[in-house]
Amino acid sequence: MPRVVVDVMLKPEILDPQGQAVANALPRLGVSDVASVRIGRRIEIEFTGEPDLDRAREIADKLLANPVIEDFTVRLVEADETADARS
Amino acid sequence: MTARVGVVTFPGSLDDGDAARAVRIAGAEPVRLWHGDPQLHGVDAVVLPGGFSYGDYLRCGAIARFAPVMETIVDAARGGLPVLGICNGFQILCEAHLLPGALTRNQHLHFRNRDQVLRIESVGTAWTNAFQPGQEVLIPVKNGEGCYVADTATLDQLEGEGRVVARYVGGNPNGSQRDIAAITNAAGNVVGIMPHPEHAVEALTGPSLDGLGFFTSALKHLVGAPA
Repeated sequence: MPRVVVDVMLKPEILDPQGQAVANALPRLGVSDVASVRIGRRIEIEFTGEPDLDRAREIADKLLANPVIEDFTVRLVEADETADARS
Repeated sequence: MTARVGVVTFPGSLDDGDAARAVRIAGAEPVRLWHGDPQLHGVDAVVLPGGFSYGDYLRCGAIARFAPVMETIVDAARGGLPVLGICNGFQILCEAHLLPGALTRNQHLHFRNRDQVLRIESVGTAWTNAFQPGQEVLIPVKNGEGCYVADTATLDQLEGEGRVVARYVGGNPNGSQRDIAAITNAAGNVVGIMPHPEHAVEALTGPSLDGLGFFTSALKHLVGAPA
């Protein structure tokens, strides 16, 4: 059964201190060609029946994201794609 | 008759005991409210205390907003019930859209715990009418996600309508925009504050007694003193 994946990211104008902290640590790995890092959240939703993108959007808008500071995208992925993303 | 002030306990609330004690020291009767009980048990005002409701999962306050008690509080607040949200309570009020904006990770990423000077800028609210305009108070601040953010139009509106209730003085502990430490809704009955007035009500445990003013303000408001 496909899943719905919701990606939540801070809006571009909101400072992301976690991302900055990660970016600032990269030189210690010898990485010097990264301009910026932004950190977000990925949520996977499995419906009991057919995946419902509109319902997922409602869930994202009301609970998963705070529209004051965050944007979100909603998409369908096949189960194996989800597994790939984890590996 | 003694005013009854409800203090909500969510799973993960931390300062509900101190908030109830502050209510008692201010001269009111604290009434403990439970997150899963939609009844407000006839309280005249409500305090949402600090802590880590629902483990701060997802976002601070995001899940508490949907607690049964919150549905009742949101309706009652829209009807004028005085509500004070402290720290996590402030986060819950923003998530519940009773207050604009949001509270995000401290800019420097460090948890901040110190005694903080605030300037009271709006004394027209149910929770600050016992202060003088511009009065400076000393209140502990302790937060990891206390950085207040909102878009420029919202910030300008808050300032234009006198709804910035308190600002940090002598150093901004978390990067809050325009040094905002506390705001109110348009009606002035709902106030969110990041520092902890309930920790500054007794000489033994607090840096001052300045926090008491927030709680005595609510009592003044309830007996109809002009705000």
